[in-house]
Amino acid sequence: MVYRKDIVPFLLLLPTLAYLVLFLGYPLVQTFILAFTSDKGALGNFQQLMSTGEFWKTLKNTLLITGVVVPLQLVLALLLALFVNMRFKGYTIVLYIISIPLALSDVSAALMSYSIFAPMGYLNKFLLNLGFIEQPIYFFGFMFQTREFWVIVLTEVWRATPLVFVIILAGLQAVNREYLEAADIFGFSAWQKFRKIIFPILKPSILSALLIRTLFAFQIFGVVWLLAGRDIPILAGEAFYWQTEVNNAHMASAYALIIALVSLIISWAYITFLKPTQGSTA
Amino acid sequence: MAKKLLIGFIAVVVSLWFLTPVVLIVFASLTPSSDFYDPHKLFPTKLTLDHLYKLFVVLDGWRATLNSLQVAGLSIGLSFLVGLPAGFALTRYVFPGKNAFRLSILLTRSFPMMIIAVPLVVLYLKIGISDTLTGVALAHTSMILPFVVLITSSILSGISVEYEEAGMIFGLSRFGAFLKITLPLALPGLAASAIFAFIMSWNEVFIASVLTLINRTLPAHILNTAMTSPDYFKFAAGTVMALPAMVFIFFTRKYLMSMWGISLK
Repeated sequence: MVYRKDIVPFLLLLPTLAYLVLFLGYPLVQTFILAFTSDKGALGNFQQLMSTGEFWKTLKNTLLITGVVVPLQLVLALLLALFVNMRFKGYTIVLYIISIPLALSDVSAALMSYSIFAPMGYLNKFLLNLGFIEQPIYFFGFMFQTREFWVIVLTEVWRATPLVFVIILAGLQAVNREYLEAADIFGFSAWQKFRKIIFPILKPSILSALLIRTLFAFQIFGVVWLLAGRDIPILAGEAFYWQTEVNNAHMASAYALIIALVSLIISWAYITFLKPTQGSTA
Repeated sequence: MAKKLLIGFIAVVVSLWFLTPVVLIVFASLTPSSDFYDPHKLFPTKLTLDHLYKLFVVLDGWRATLNSLQVAGLSIGLSFLVGLPAGFALTRYVFPGKNAFRLSILLTRSFPMMIIAVPLVVLYLKIGISDTLTGVALAHTSMILPFVVLITSSILSGISVEYEEAGMIFGLSRFGAFLKITLPLALPGLAASAIFAFIMSWNEVFIASVLTLINRTLPAHILNTAMTSPDYFKFAAGTVMALPAMVFIFFTRKYLMSMWGISLK
């Protein structure tokens, strides 16, 4: 067999392409087909979805968690990154400690939270022993949805801030120290240095960190499912519920499709915002 | 001096914030139930391996752990087998459509992977691999593969092509040069990315729970039994889930930045 040299790279890419078409492309098409077939015509699943208040509650919860968690993570991660980037003695140890949650699963993080906030968890025992409270404070259960919500937020902030932190820190390392020295000569304050030098250089890292975190936050599942079950319905949780407990792949696909659609909108929004800044900093 | 103290103070607070939950759950998993449910005992009077034993032996955690390891191993093997050539092509060849390919691989990172689970259930039923570890591994591979392609291309581009060319002058084939020269040099980086891939699969819970019923991986097993199980099960489970991840991230800490950077660029 004679083959031309320029065909080689395509042969090397072929397995990856084939795999992704088979295990990503095909399921995506199937999701569409499943979501748009029902006993009551093509839109039957979506009609059923919208007919109860449940869907809007689900969407609202998912957006709410994303909207609260992501900004908190950004601010915390930015502060942490600026702090670690001071490169004080032993900063590598702090860096390592902060990155531990990166490798933890949402399941693990949720159960850690549970060990703290359970009726006989560490927080309650701590407060009981100090005499601050007489009875344990309940954080879980249908009656305590607001508390459940904040425990979920806290867990997510704890678990996923390091991801934002690592991206921003990597961006910070690209800031040329000479710029900052020059700013010192011109008598810039710390805030001015941040606003005029660090932030513009950091902007692309911040935006990509925001994008990836928004997308992941929108797909939140394990933490909510373990800590609140369906007390706080979320999109991924409903997809899971319809698939595994009702055994209705069509409704599950409808929910999955909505997750994909909103992810697409989020990505599109970020990319549109990202473009002009790339042009101006390049 | 005051500034140094302040930095030290903040460093301690930050470290405690991130370490405390991890330490607490390990503690909780070793605390006897009688001590845990005693409101006056903040600290256990003695430690026990009972809960871990029950999780593994009585509650079938051992099988779930083995399942998880099998799924992770299979997905890592498969994704490197499929993805390494693509990573190589991206660094060593110039060809039309290269950027489009790289971009579409990148875009899969923003694709909500969980949504492939439901249609795969239907597909697996048809081809007779429903509720199997192979099925989960195939799904996990599509999650890991894009990462492997990007990370291997980045690692290989860090190794000068001139070494390969030198090898070829001395009579190695292109493939031989890659195998004998580039691969050994890339090995530490590849090992680190394999560890990252392991963690991705080990931690994944949605797809694994949807695709399996009896042959559950550990997180799927926990997700579906935890809330109806006694508290000690939850703590033992959380600890077991956390430990390997932490050990592995310790060994890959040098690569931390590049790994997470690459998946997001």
